[in-house]
Amino acid sequence: MDNALASEVLSLSLEHLEMVIITIAIAAALALPAGVLLARRKGARRWAVGFANIAQTIPSLALFGFLVPLPLIGGIGKRTAIIALCLYALLPILRNTLLGILGVDPAVRESAVAMGMTERQILWEVELPLAAPAIVAGLRLATVATIGTATIAAAIGGGGLGVFIFRGISMVDTPTVLAGALPAAVMAIAADEGLEWIERKLSPA
Amino acid sequence: MSESPILEIRGLSCSLGERVVLREISLDAAPGETIVLLGRSGSGKTTLLKTVNGLIAPTAGEILFEGRPEREWDAIQLRRRMGYVIQDAGLFPHWTVGANVGLVPRLEGWAPERIAARVDELLAAVGLPPGEFRGRYPRELSGGQKQRVGIARALAADPPLLLFDEPFAALDPITRQELQQLFLELRRTVGKTALFVTHDIREAMLLASRIALLHDGALELLATPREFLNAGTGEARAFLAGLTETWRQDG
Ligand SMILES: Nc1ncnc2c1ncn2[C@@H]1O[C@H](COP(=O)(O)OP(=O)(O)OP(=O)(O)O)[C@@H](O)[C@H]1O
Ligand SMILES: [Mg+2]
Repeated sequence: MDNALASEVLSLSLEHLEMVIITIAIAAALALPAGVLLARRKGARRWAVGFANIAQTIPSLALFGFLVPLPLIGGIGKRTAIIALCLYALLPILRNTLLGILGVDPAVRESAVAMGMTERQILWEVELPLAAPAIVAGLRLATVATIGTATIAAAIGGGGLGVFIFRGISMVDTPTVLAGALPAAVMAIAADEGLEWIERKLSPA
Repeated sequence: MSESPILEIRGLSCSLGERVVLREISLDAAPGETIVLLGRSGSGKTTLLKTVNGLIAPTAGEILFEGRPEREWDAIQLRRRMGYVIQDAGLFPHWTVGANVGLVPRLEGWAPERIAARVDELLAAVGLPPGEFRGRYPRELSGGQKQRVGIARALAADPPLLLFDEPFAALDPITRQELQQLFLELRRTVGKTALFVTHDIREAMLLASRIALLHDGALELLATPREFLNAGTGEARAFLAGLTETWRQDG
């Protein structure tokens, strides 16, 4: 019995983790390049950040609900859950990438131009390294939030640790709720600490 | 002036926003010459260097570098042929001293061993023992050491023209004097052409082949230090008054 519980905790934790990793990978693949492009474009910036802001204000349970009936991207299951989670993860990554790049000392940027670096070299060798701590901070915020929000994925058949939580709620059984909540909390703390460590490593001072 | 000039500035004007910052400046720099741009704060010295470097586009007139109009140059190539010491050093905070100094040689595709040798040679030349300094980060340097690194970086790829923007302004008098002597020494040994910005009349007298006096964006006077001493224009007198004032205090 205990063994069966332990193995279910493990398998749901792995499922949860997988969902989080896929979400962050997709969100980063979209938000990082978008942040780089938007750092150059003032006009488009307001629209994009505005969109990401609005996406984040939708209550998460409602967002999952909105997505389910949609064609193509909707339906019950993991895919819909990941799409919803991505919408939340976009904003912190996008905003921090933007702030990181825009926060590079203009004198350092100008110095790079004056030395004869190309735009591409300036981006890869100056702006991104100097923005790296801010970008990692964005990934950290997004990851920690996604680990928590992903528990709601179970409501639309997405699996993960939320399965325990919803089961526990319906059975009014606290230990079952904890079987989902505790591993999720541990995962969030570990991600937070780990990424913060990377962030510190990347900071110049 | 038998040799053709490295740099020719012809009728150069420049506006930033609504402001006219440079007014019809004409100026040549012959090979090996140090032109000191002298002027009070806001007179347009930095703007003139930036325009020469292609960071700011002129609104009128033209600049010829090595006999060719700058607008016909590839901006990247042009900048790599000018060693720029930026006001307040402008070092890259995430790179070591060695990486900062070796930047342009690396961009130009030098072999790593050659870059390393060049970096050590230049650090030694600006008075920073390479073994001690090459691995340090800019935040681990004093203001004077940063300036020395900035100078080494500007010299790294052996550019035909040096642009020095108040490289010694923020330093104590003794360090400043050391670096001025270093500059003279480098000029004697490598014979570089330079545009050197300062608002210090003594520094101008010491380093200039010719002094270009900027006032409110216009070139008020272009003269050798000796001629400058006898100049009668308003702004030149204002600077000379400062010079005699310090002499009086010294004596
Ligand atoms: N980006 C800008 N937009 C508008 N005006 C500018 C800009 N940059 C400089 N200026 C103005 O142009 C004038 C010349 O500035 P510049 O930096 O060339 O002076 P400077 O002679 O180098 O002064 P300092 O000795 O203080 O460095 C100043 O009046 C300054 O306010
Ligand atoms: Mg200046």
